[in-house]
Amino acid sequence: MILGEDARTLRRGLKVFGLSMGGPVLAALAAPQAFAQDAAVVAAGAYERMKPTPGKGMPVDDGLGLQAQYSPLGDYAQWIHDGVLMPIITVITLIVLGLLLWVMARYNRRFNPVPSKTSHNTFIEVIWTLVPVLILVGIAVPSIDLLAKQYKPAPEKALTVKVTGNQWFWTYTYPDNGGFEVMSYMLNLPGQPVVNNGVRELGTDPSDGPSHLEVDNRMVVPAGEPIRLQITASDVIHSFAVPSLWFKLDAVPGRINEKVLFIKEPGVYYGQCSELCGAKHGYMPIAVEALPRDKYNAWVLTQSGGAIDGQPAPAEAAAEGAPAATPTAAAPASSEAAPAASAAPAA
Amino acid sequence: MATTAPETFQAHDDAHGHSAHDHDHKPGFFARWFMSTNHKDIGTLYLIFAIFAGLIGGAFSGMMRVELAEPGIQHLDTFAKWFGNPNPTFDQALHLWNMLITAHGLIMVFFMVMPAIIGGFGNWFVPLMIGAPDMAFPRMNNISFWLTVTGFISLLISAFLPGGTGNGPATGWTVYAPLSTSGSPGLSVDFAIFALHLAGAGSILGAINFITTIFNMRAPGMTMHKMPLFAWSVLVTAFLLLLALPVLAAAITMLITDRNFGTTFFDAAGGGDPVLYQHLFWFFGHPEVYIMILPGFGIISHIVSTFSRKPIFGYLGMAYAMVAIGVVGFVVWAHHMYTAGLSVNTKMYFTAATMVIAVPTGIKIFSWIATMWGGSMQFKSPMIWAIGFIFLFTVGGVTGVVLANGGVDDVLHDTYYVVAHFHYVLSLGAVTALFAGFYYWFPKMSGRWHSEFLAKLHFLVFFVGVNLIFFPMHFLGLQGMPRRYPDFAEAYAHWNHVATVGYFIMAASLVIWFVNVIYAFTMGKKAEDNYWGEGATTLEWTLSSPPPFHQFETLPVIDDKHHH
Repeated sequence: MILGEDARTLRRGLKVFGLSMGGPVLAALAAPQAFAQDAAVVAAGAYERMKPTPGKGMPVDDGLGLQAQYSPLGDYAQWIHDGVLMPIITVITLIVLGLLLWVMARYNRRFNPVPSKTSHNTFIEVIWTLVPVLILVGIAVPSIDLLAKQYKPAPEKALTVKVTGNQWFWTYTYPDNGGFEVMSYMLNLPGQPVVNNGVRELGTDPSDGPSHLEVDNRMVVPAGEPIRLQITASDVIHSFAVPSLWFKLDAVPGRINEKVLFIKEPGVYYGQCSELCGAKHGYMPIAVEALPRDKYNAWVLTQSGGAIDGQPAPAEAAAEGAPAATPTAAAPASSEAAPAASAAPAA
Repeated sequence: MATTAPETFQAHDDAHGHSAHDHDHKPGFFARWFMSTNHKDIGTLYLIFAIFAGLIGGAFSGMMRVELAEPGIQHLDTFAKWFGNPNPTFDQALHLWNMLITAHGLIMVFFMVMPAIIGGFGNWFVPLMIGAPDMAFPRMNNISFWLTVTGFISLLISAFLPGGTGNGPATGWTVYAPLSTSGSPGLSVDFAIFALHLAGAGSILGAINFITTIFNMRAPGMTMHKMPLFAWSVLVTAFLLLLALPVLAAAITMLITDRNFGTTFFDAAGGGDPVLYQHLFWFFGHPEVYIMILPGFGIISHIVSTFSRKPIFGYLGMAYAMVAIGVVGFVVWAHHMYTAGLSVNTKMYFTAATMVIAVPTGIKIFSWIATMWGGSMQFKSPMIWAIGFIFLFTVGGVTGVVLANGGVDDVLHDTYYVVAHFHYVLSLGAVTALFAGFYYWFPKMSGRWHSEFLAKLHFLVFFVGVNLIFFPMHFLGLQGMPRRYPDFAEAYAHWNHVATVGYFIMAASLVIWFVNVIYAFTMGKKAEDNYWGEGATTLEWTLSSPPPFHQFETLPVIDDKHHH
């Protein structure tokens, strides 16, 4: 499906520039059977489930380091980890290892038969107390700065999405878009016992991502704008975590934890429940599908009860309005997210 | 150096006219091992118990590693059958997984590391090192041990009782509410909590015993600042136990009442708060990790000093570094809760406070190296284990500095990176210190020599095995694999497979260890009094190997010369 993959990516690019004719043509080359459907999709500017990019927003085979980051604070935090912490701890570990090897080689019974009687040296003791203190202060400066940035609240008009952890699925509620609710279950794995009754198997849709991580209904959000996530749980504690977005916050029953999610670019980003929540703790993954604002709006209108700016909008109006709404996909469009905005989708 | 002064502090009338063996007055088998008041016998019981519990906890981790060898669920069904469920459903098999992680954690913490390092070596060597005839409260010592055993039995019973989806407690060793309250109907979690109550009560009594013994029963002339570092480490540990365990007892008592008597301490619907439980648990839980490692610090100090033939470098710094670790260890607990929804100021404070712990820990690492510096090192088996400890503990320590950063922890929290971190300080730190202490003192305790060759081979295989298990977990965690998962995405398959291979290498090293113990008891040479030579300067080396049933009937007197 490499060709199909490329075709889709290309088509998306073309659509951004309004060349909607290219879509069906390329899609037809790649997957003729999807022609009619794709044509309809493009004509309506409507929602199409995104196929994840391999290696983006998910773990990579035999990976050694952090997942690539797709949020500004993720970039910053990754720099702190890869650029500050890792070099420091590697050097410290190597110094300790080097010292150990040196004393083993030099101060053994063969090379140093008579031990010294030294048991104090105030100067060196002060040094190995003060130097670590200075190193830690050096670490603390960016670390505390990161914390301050992570806790900056979302702008008042930011889109709010309520995330609820349940045994063992996630529900996503969109109060700014009519209050509809999306229930998200892990796809069953071929050849493995059924995890979720009534949910389809992985691979039955071409847009399915990795096993154990793909869900039936993803949490769809707009890319390029701050999103206010309000996280809670209905039964026991869960934790909403997406490594490639540097996001992890516990879902605690009876509490609402709030944090800003900002996704730099469209894509599918996977995560998994990260607080032990019972038998199927390992089987309630998180899939976040970040779309350009217009596609997000189109997705909203596919949901029963979905509304843009308080208007449930008949299918025809949405079909015309949505694609024209935001010509540039990555532009921050926080004003659009405001439920109180009275104007039509065009911002 | 210690000298004995028979004319002073004669504790025992010589009228018996006893010979060298006569004064032992050993009771019969049942009275000696089941009603023991002798600190060495109780120490031996603790060690045997810890080995037994450790084998069970280790077998559980083996079952986990076998299941994790590849993606998908392959073996949990079979394991569930072993636990008396002839026809497990998929959910029950998954529940068994959670029971395994819970039991592994509880067993290794409460019934392996703590009994071995505090109950075993602490009981054996604190009285010997401070020149005391026994512990301050010998009968309380006995009940401490049997409470621990009873707790273990209660935990084993809990594995076979209903615990919600399936049998056994499946809450994780942290027993977080509400998974442990409304989330786990059935008697199982109650029995697990009862196990913690019993083990905790045993540890509190043990802590009181150690504090009293160390404060009141040091030999004449042994001031606090002349006391061996192992005794210092156990003293600090005992204070941590005394202050932390009652908080755990309170928290899990509230769990019991939430579960059974309709209270809502941790239930938001009734005005409670699930996060309150986490605060209470980790107020205990963080000191607990120092409880497990501090006595190891003490053991390593003695070994490094002995085999470098040098007094420990910076003795006072070493002693007060442990005190500092103990004190700071009480004010860093919420770094276990960085993702629970703390306020920004709280998270900043706990970030800074947690990093402070790196300073006294660094002092200890550098002081050990400085002790070796200029020394005349001999690489006997305990020294090899001790050097291995210093390196492995450093690796575990520096990843702790990474995790200390609240903002960075957001991506690492509850992933395998954390599993790697705490196994490097515990499984590779505390356990390596345990084996170092074992080979250091085994001939003293048993009177028989182990094979030095097998002891070194044991180290080599163990070192390779545990690093293969736990180093790849850093990669898994950085890539985002959550902990407590029986199954994982394909991308995580490779390093999980490597870790499982490492487990079997580690298990092979334990076989070498057992062969060595059997060798020692069947063919081992008799050990002389001070078999490590002039570097070993503490009081246990003035006694025979094994020491007499009752030692120091004449208290040793510590002269003014420098002595630790």
